[in-house]
Amino acid sequence: MSEKVTETPFQFEYEKQKRKEEMKQQVITFALMIIFTIIAFAMVLSGLDKLFLIPILLVLAAVQVGFQLYYFMHMSHKGHELPSFMFYGGVFAAFLCIIALSALAWW
Amino acid sequence: MSEHDVLKSGQMPLNPEKATLEGKNKFMGFWFFLGGESVLFASLFGTYLALNNSTNGGESSEELFGLELVFIMTMLLLTSSLTSVYAMYHMKNSDFKKMLIWLGITVALGLAFLGFEIYEFYHYIHHYEFTLRSSAFGSAFYTLVGFHGGHVLFGLLWISTLMIRNAKRGLNLYNAPKFYVASLYWHFIDVVWVFIFTVVYLMGGVL
Repeated sequence: MSEKVTETPFQFEYEKQKRKEEMKQQVITFALMIIFTIIAFAMVLSGLDKLFLIPILLVLAAVQVGFQLYYFMHMSHKGHELPSFMFYGGVFAAFLCIIALSALAWW
Repeated sequence: MSEHDVLKSGQMPLNPEKATLEGKNKFMGFWFFLGGESVLFASLFGTYLALNNSTNGGESSEELFGLELVFIMTMLLLTSSLTSVYAMYHMKNSDFKKMLIWLGITVALGLAFLGFEIYEFYHYIHHYEFTLRSSAFGSAFYTLVGFHGGHVLFGLLWISTLMIRNAKRGLNLYNAPKFYVASLYWHFIDVVWVFIFTVVYLMGGVL
C-alpha cells in the first residue's frame, strides 16, 4: 500500500536533478503566462473589434489555465487519471451551466 | 504519527504527499472537490454573463473598471502561484525551512491581492455608489468576484494555519499531503481568477 522505499544516494541525486529540471520548466511556464496576460491586456487597450477580440481573449485564458493545471498543479504527472476524470466531469457540468444560463438570458 | 515518519533529506519517498493511504485519499478527494468548485463558479459566471447589462441606470462595466488595478492584482496572484510551486518543489526535496519561506511569500502576495480587492470594492461603493443592491449587474458582480475573494481569504487562513501548526513538527508523511492539497487549492484560485479577469474585466471593457 504505502511505498516507503528508501532511495539509494545515487537515486536520490538523480531524482533531485530531475526535480530541478522540472522547476526550470515551471519558471518558463510562468514567463509564458505573464506574456499571455500582457498580450490580453494590451489587446483590450488597443481597441480592436470585439468580435475579433473576445474569442482571442478566451483562447488566451484557456491556454493559461491549461498551463496552470498541467504544470503548476502537476496534472501532466502519472497517477492523475481518476482526478482528471472527476475534474473534467466537473468542468463539463460547469460548461453546461454557463451555456444554459446564457441561453436563458438570450431568449 | 511516530517519529520515524519525520523525513530527513535523502530518506524520503518520491512523492511524500501520496506515500500513505491517507495522503492518496486526500489527493484524490481534493481533485473531486475542485470539480465541484468549477460548477459552483460556473453558476456564478453564467449569472454574471446573463445579468451584466442590467445596470438599472447606473454605471456600466466599462465606466467602472480600471484595468491598471486589475493588471497589478493579476500579476500578484500569478506570482503567488509560482511561489507555491517553489514551496512544493522544496517539500519534495524535504527542505522544510525553504518550503515555509516560499509559503510565507505566497501568503504575503495573497494578502496584497486581497488588499487591492478591498480597495477596489471600497472605491466602487464610495465613488460610484455601486453596491450589491444597486442593480442586477451589481449583485452578479459582487457575488462572483466576492466569492473569489472569499476563496483567497480562506486559502490564506488555511496555509497560515498549516504553517503555524506544523512549524515545530517539521515535514513528515502526515503533513506533506496537507501542504500539497493547500497548494492545489491556491492554484485553483488563480485558475478562477484567470477567467474573472478575462470575462469580467477585459470583456467588460470591450463590450
